[in-house]
Amino acid sequence: MSDATIEGAPRATQPKSSLLVADPHTRRRHAAEARFRAYGLGAIVISMVMLVVLLFTILTGGIGAFRQTYLEIPVTLEDAQLDKNGNRDPADLGKVLTLTYGKLLQQSLEKVVADKGIAIADLSAKDLSGLISKEAPARLRDQVLANPDLIGQTITARVLVNGRIDGYYKGRVTMDSALRDANTSPAQLQLADALKAQGMLATKWNWSFLTSPDASDQRPEAAGVGIAILGSLYMMLVVLVLAVPIGVAASIYLEEFAPKNRWTDIIEVNISNLAAVPSIVFGILGLAAFINFGGLPQSAPIVGGLVLTLMTLPTIIIATRAALKAVPPSIRDAALGVGASRMQSVFHHVLPLAMPGILTGTIIGMAQALGETAPLLLIGMVAFVKNFPSAPPEGLFEPASALPVQVYNWTQRADPAFIERASGAIIVLLVFLLCMNVLAILLRRRFERRW
Amino acid sequence: MKSAKLTVSALAVIAASATAAAARDQIQISGSSTVLPYATIVAEAFGENTDFPTPVVESGGSSAGLKKFCEGVGENTIDIANASRPIKDSEKEACKAAGVTEIMEVRIGYDGIVFASDISGNDFAFTSADWFNALSAQVVKDGKVVANPYTKWSEIRADLPDQEILAFIPGTKHGTREVFEEKVIAAGCKESGAAEVFNTELGEEAGEQACLSLRTDGKSVDIDGDYTETLARIQSAKNGIGVFGLSFYENNTDKLKVATIGGIQPSTESIASGEYPVSRPLYFYLKKQHIGTVPGLKEFAEFFVSDDLAGAGGPLASYGLVADPELAATQKAVADEVTIAQ
Repeated sequence: MSDATIEGAPRATQPKSSLLVADPHTRRRHAAEARFRAYGLGAIVISMVMLVVLLFTILTGGIGAFRQTYLEIPVTLEDAQLDKNGNRDPADLGKVLTLTYGKLLQQSLEKVVADKGIAIADLSAKDLSGLISKEAPARLRDQVLANPDLIGQTITARVLVNGRIDGYYKGRVTMDSALRDANTSPAQLQLADALKAQGMLATKWNWSFLTSPDASDQRPEAAGVGIAILGSLYMMLVVLVLAVPIGVAASIYLEEFAPKNRWTDIIEVNISNLAAVPSIVFGILGLAAFINFGGLPQSAPIVGGLVLTLMTLPTIIIATRAALKAVPPSIRDAALGVGASRMQSVFHHVLPLAMPGILTGTIIGMAQALGETAPLLLIGMVAFVKNFPSAPPEGLFEPASALPVQVYNWTQRADPAFIERASGAIIVLLVFLLCMNVLAILLRRRFERRW
Repeated sequence: MKSAKLTVSALAVIAASATAAAARDQIQISGSSTVLPYATIVAEAFGENTDFPTPVVESGGSSAGLKKFCEGVGENTIDIANASRPIKDSEKEACKAAGVTEIMEVRIGYDGIVFASDISGNDFAFTSADWFNALSAQVVKDGKVVANPYTKWSEIRADLPDQEILAFIPGTKHGTREVFEEKVIAAGCKESGAAEVFNTELGEEAGEQACLSLRTDGKSVDIDGDYTETLARIQSAKNGIGVFGLSFYENNTDKLKVATIGGIQPSTESIASGEYPVSRPLYFYLKKQHIGTVPGLKEFAEFFVSDDLAGAGGPLASYGLVADPELAATQKAVADEVTIAQ
């Protein structure tokens, strides 16, 4: 528009332009460019700031999940309580419930407090017994059932403490908040401090966050992402085994062999459309096709994997076709020219050259599938699962959870300690994604070739 | 070539799946998110103390759970549906049509619904009528039906604090919403005498509707998420008052302050005695036809309602469940496998 006015203006009134003094039009153009650059830079700065804020909140919130407070107390496993018949019969030992072990731990703690001369005002019996996690009796019971010879001995039991005490050493709970909190009390925190001074209570690195299963709402301190990691891994395995061969085979056929007619056009449009279909739709399809019709079990990684395969296929096909298209026709022509068949030219020359693009597309598709919760909601994987699935292939048919599902579940729990766990699970998920993306970049670097 | 081989092996996996899908050895539970924490606590204890595997517990709401429950009988359908309301007749019919003809109804206890605000805010002592006047679209003022004019609690009743009205109530998809409407808003409508005026001024049907229609000017906010979202909203809008389950409040007493209703402080005791008005029974529904095919199903039901777990002083009560005074009758019904009429 401004060009037009300048063209249309009489020559005499036009200002003299020089290389040293820019005319208004040039200045405007330069200013527009500077503004555009500033917008771009601003957009990048804003997104970087958002990313930093996100990472910062997740890291500060979730790093605590990787550390856990433990109490080490001597526990005498008395015959009278644990094995009344004295015959170490596993059936009899199994009848002794966690309730008894809980009492045993409580007595041991009372004894420690008395022996060490720890005296705290207002310490109620509930505060004392509440210090130990509700998970501890179950772990002690498992230990004894696995090794009945322990009965009669005095062992040093390493037990989890209540999530509130753990939160106290991570700064989540303070003396002030404990005063108002129905689940802990300042006296309980003082007891924890006294035990810490005796060297019996310590906050340590927590591997069990990565290896243990989910825990119920009363035991945030025991909850871990073990089953979720395994479930996600199994699903990725299914996606890898199914989506990659099917996707690559479909794209090679469509790109190299299929006749270009109306039918292939329709298929192409449909594949592009499928890539944009909301993932929950695939969940509905999975429920109808695999569970109701196919008779596959609910909550199983195989069904999750199949659903995610359907979801990832279009992404992989589109990426693979783009990679195949990017191979110059001269490669094909040369191969055909020296007498190769079309299949030989594809598998010996085109496919290896398209590999980096295919791999990148595949890994990005899988990373997307890894973070997906919505389709899993309908096939019963958004669930509380406590038993580890066995090794594949049987394990694929047993109930499991998934990492994003675990995050979703934990954010809904009432106990604030689960927020820390959820952030911890997000960190694990991000590390998973980071590893996959790094792998994608490495593979591309390794195989990339430029023309 | 290689990919072709992989495809073949993948197809083999799918084919094998049909046979491997046979025997299921763990119990599958779905349903109400209110019952979920109790169900997970019981499932965990059941897995620890018995040789049966830990049941798998899903959530998704009472209606969604009962819908899944009524899909049919067999390995790939769920065994138990948790519900925060009794099963509806329409659901019973759907069950019957799908072949689920023997359903056991088990009441596990009661759940209280509380009103709580930020810990640093004002103290509140509500009546149901206050809530009706604060949230209803139309109220009765000087004997006339008018659009709700109140913006502050103190305008409703002078005893209440001089604070803006802002309520976070459960969205319509929650079972809690029904209880809230029935036991608070409808009760308040009657209590304040507005119900009569509505009936005479607007007629029977419209009057009833007017009792339950809530204002839409932003003073009453529907929360479609869970209680954690309500808590987050209160923490950002300090003058808000939220509707919570008793167990959620008990886990967050350091952040929330609970209000009384009709002078009664909500607690497991006041709810059990019936003094605190806003409570509801919690249930689970069990497919009797699955007893014997799914290992441990009956044992789980008996374990759930045993005195050690669901009784007063048990782990469920310590989490916020109000123990059922008639638990012994429930235990007997479970032992005898009593089914409901369809």
